[in-house]
Amino acid sequence: MNLKTIRIGLWGLVILVCLVGAGLYLAPRAPAKTSFGGGTYALVDENGKPVDQNMVIGQPSMLFFGYTHCPDVCPTTLADMASWFQALGPEGKNLKAFFVSVDPERDTPKVLKSYVSAVSDRITGITGTRPEINKIIKAYHIYTKKIPIGTDGDYSMDHTAVVFLLNSKGKYDDTIDYGATPSVALAKLRKLISTS
Amino acid sequence: MKIFSFTRLAFMALAVLATPALVSGAGAADTPAASVKLGDLVISDAFARATLPGAEVGGGYLTIINNGSAPDRLLAATSPSAKKVQLHSMTMVGNVMKMRPVVGGIAIPAGGSVAFTPTGFHIMFMGLNAPFAKGSQIPVTLEFQKAGSVKIGLAVGGIAATAPAAN
Repeated sequence: MNLKTIRIGLWGLVILVCLVGAGLYLAPRAPAKTSFGGGTYALVDENGKPVDQNMVIGQPSMLFFGYTHCPDVCPTTLADMASWFQALGPEGKNLKAFFVSVDPERDTPKVLKSYVSAVSDRITGITGTRPEINKIIKAYHIYTKKIPIGTDGDYSMDHTAVVFLLNSKGKYDDTIDYGATPSVALAKLRKLISTS
Repeated sequence: MKIFSFTRLAFMALAVLATPALVSGAGAADTPAASVKLGDLVISDAFARATLPGAEVGGGYLTIINNGSAPDRLLAATSPSAKKVQLHSMTMVGNVMKMRPVVGGIAIPAGGSVAFTPTGFHIMFMGLNAPFAKGSQIPVTLEFQKAGSVKIGLAVGGIAATAPAAN
């Protein structure tokens, strides 16, 4: 084997590594952009009743991910949603709202029910096993991260905190950002309802 | 006759106007002051949010003004109303909510102020001894590096209160 053969072989190897590397780099990105929502998951609502991916089918929905050990964003968003329902009145009679826990270890159906139903009977708390919650978190591209606070196992959850608006087919329509003014939120909801 | 009735009307109007003043005047003696002074520091706008049933945590908010020429630092908060109390920061990074315990306290700049609000710092109550009920008071002791300690009552407002309830 002469030097030239070795050199050609090495360059061939370099090209091969580059191609494989590029393939690995690009491959997982493609599907992430094509789907939002959907997927399959088996969860329970605040009454312990089984629900799945079809909960967002058949009517326009608001979907929010949160947890009950959350002093600022989660109660605020629940109160906002309740006020939007009130402002919409009969116009929003088919609209549903779901508060999906990103902390199912602490948010049992019972805890969720007392927490959510104190704000509005129009919002349904959703929880489930960790693997199934992870499936819905993934389906909606929700960022979550467990953050230890203190030494006794206490933790908070970083999480995506926008309200997703889904049409009656369960497809993405819009989002309402945290702190959106009532007029902005209501305009988006009215558009969702009229086009669903 | 006409004059008499106008006079009576004026007295009635005065009585109606004076009532809230009398009521709030009477109430002020029982409730802690809305603002507390500690050396160069003034702590005001103290409130907490009512907690939802089943919630094990609550948030408290206030404003600290430093009228002095030297900076101070809020080191800790304690309260008999919860098993643990921490100072937290809450930030929205893009659409992601991030909550962190504050390490090393919060600087109160000389001649400046720091506001704890539902979109920034909060006093985090963990393991509540009882739900925070609207209209009640949550006693808190604040510990500063230089100014020492002071006790203040957080007036509990609604579940999504963004400011102390107007009296």
